[in-house]
Amino acid sequence: MIRVVLPHHLRTLAAVDGEVELDVGGGPVTQRAILDALEARYPMLRGTIRDHSTQQRRPMVRFFACQEDVTHEPPDAPVPAAVASGEAPFRVIGAIAGG
Amino acid sequence: MTGIRVLVGTKKGAFILESDGKRADWSVYGPHFAGWEIYHVKGSPADPNRIYASQNTSWFGQVIQRSNDGGKTWEQPGSPPEDWVANAGANAAEGEFVMPKGESNKFVYDTSSERGRPLTTHQWYDGTQHPWEFARVWHLEPSHEDPDLVYAGVEDAALFRTADGGRTWHELPGLRGHESGPKWQPGAGGMCLHTVLLDPKDPERIFIAISAAGAFRTDDGGETWRPINRGLNSQYIPDPTAEVGHCVHRIAMHPERPNTLFMQKHWDVMRSDDGGDTWHEISGDLPSDFGFPIDVHAHEPETVYVVPIKSDSEHYPPDGKLRVYRSRTGGHEWEPLTKGLPQKDCYVNVLRDAMAVDSLDPCGVYFGTTGGQVYASPNGGDSWTPIVRDLPAVLSVEVQTLP
Repeated sequence: MIRVVLPHHLRTLAAVDGEVELDVGGGPVTQRAILDALEARYPMLRGTIRDHSTQQRRPMVRFFACQEDVTHEPPDAPVPAAVASGEAPFRVIGAIAGG
Repeated sequence: MTGIRVLVGTKKGAFILESDGKRADWSVYGPHFAGWEIYHVKGSPADPNRIYASQNTSWFGQVIQRSNDGGKTWEQPGSPPEDWVANAGANAAEGEFVMPKGESNKFVYDTSSERGRPLTTHQWYDGTQHPWEFARVWHLEPSHEDPDLVYAGVEDAALFRTADGGRTWHELPGLRGHESGPKWQPGAGGMCLHTVLLDPKDPERIFIAISAAGAFRTDDGGETWRPINRGLNSQYIPDPTAEVGHCVHRIAMHPERPNTLFMQKHWDVMRSDDGGDTWHEISGDLPSDFGFPIDVHAHEPETVYVVPIKSDSEHYPPDGKLRVYRSRTGGHEWEPLTKGLPQKDCYVNVLRDAMAVDSLDPCGVYFGTTGGQVYASPNGGDSWTPIVRDLPAVLSVEVQTLP
């Protein structure tokens, strides 16, 4: 199982506490596979992380894994092994910005 | 017993204020959607328990919320599992979902070759052309008859419509595709479609307003539109009497007189008695005719309310005095309403969607400020009391009169 940590506002929308555990299927564990599985399980998150049509990440959302900012990694590249094994979580972050 | 429900959208959440018909003692519920910008919350005239809310942040974009119990609980249409099952129909056994899931926040401009319009550009702040980009829903206008039918005015300016209670939205592309589109330009708050007025006597007729393009009307249910800005005079555009480009801030209508429209423009209070075909100025003796909201008394179609603001450069009341002005003559002659409102050191603004009236007798009038106060008058404006004083900046106020 893949572990995903969502930011506060997305946990509220999805009505979850703490981490989310996802089964992303048998293929390679990629950023896209994780987000697809997340949106399938929590359709209320569709459009809040990625644009509905273009599937582009929203500008003020970032992805961290294993103490690295993996935001700009290709969406179909494998995520770090520790995330794929469930040892470490995949973190969705709301960028630090004013408001 | 008759009750009043005030729906308040703020910079950091939605609040619901409730009272009985006396409108003296209020309960405050919220924040709902805490931390998000709530541009608008509005109930269905056909079913007061059905309420829609527009929720947005720069981080996570647009969300549409819907309540079926008067604002106690909320859901994103098309997201709760029971919503999928209830609509899965014959395919439920195979586990297939007929209804779209999680698309209640999918606002995509219609560029289809069948009925859409190409995604053109509009004029940007620096004069260059800028492509249309969806940013947020400014205003939600439920239909008079059908709780599942709602119009949404969005930024960048376009009008969307749902017929399934907010599960899916579709653009009425004739408006954005109007030949004048490339001449539209954003106001300071973005290029927003902020006003949607449905003619209660003619479902084919809709009035909308865009900053800074002006007012438009359709007589065929949204297929075709025409600008209705004749008589407007705006010194801040190169041709002050141009067909489009006017920064209309708000339009109001009395439901019994849909041909009479009152407009607060970026300078000038205006009136039309021919469904917007022509306008004339009714600013009269106002201390300033700049402002944002405008509304009409529920039982007196010639009684109009505005909140004068000093200028476009100084968005606060003249002389630090918060005064609602009332005209009982359909304009020209205005009286200040000050009882209960701060008359010194007040520098709040009242935004365009932040005033509303109830339909009790006497008529209640309500408005919210950027300082977080929501004021109520149970007597048509003669006196005012703050319902709450310290909310986040108020973006919108709507009122439901409950049976």
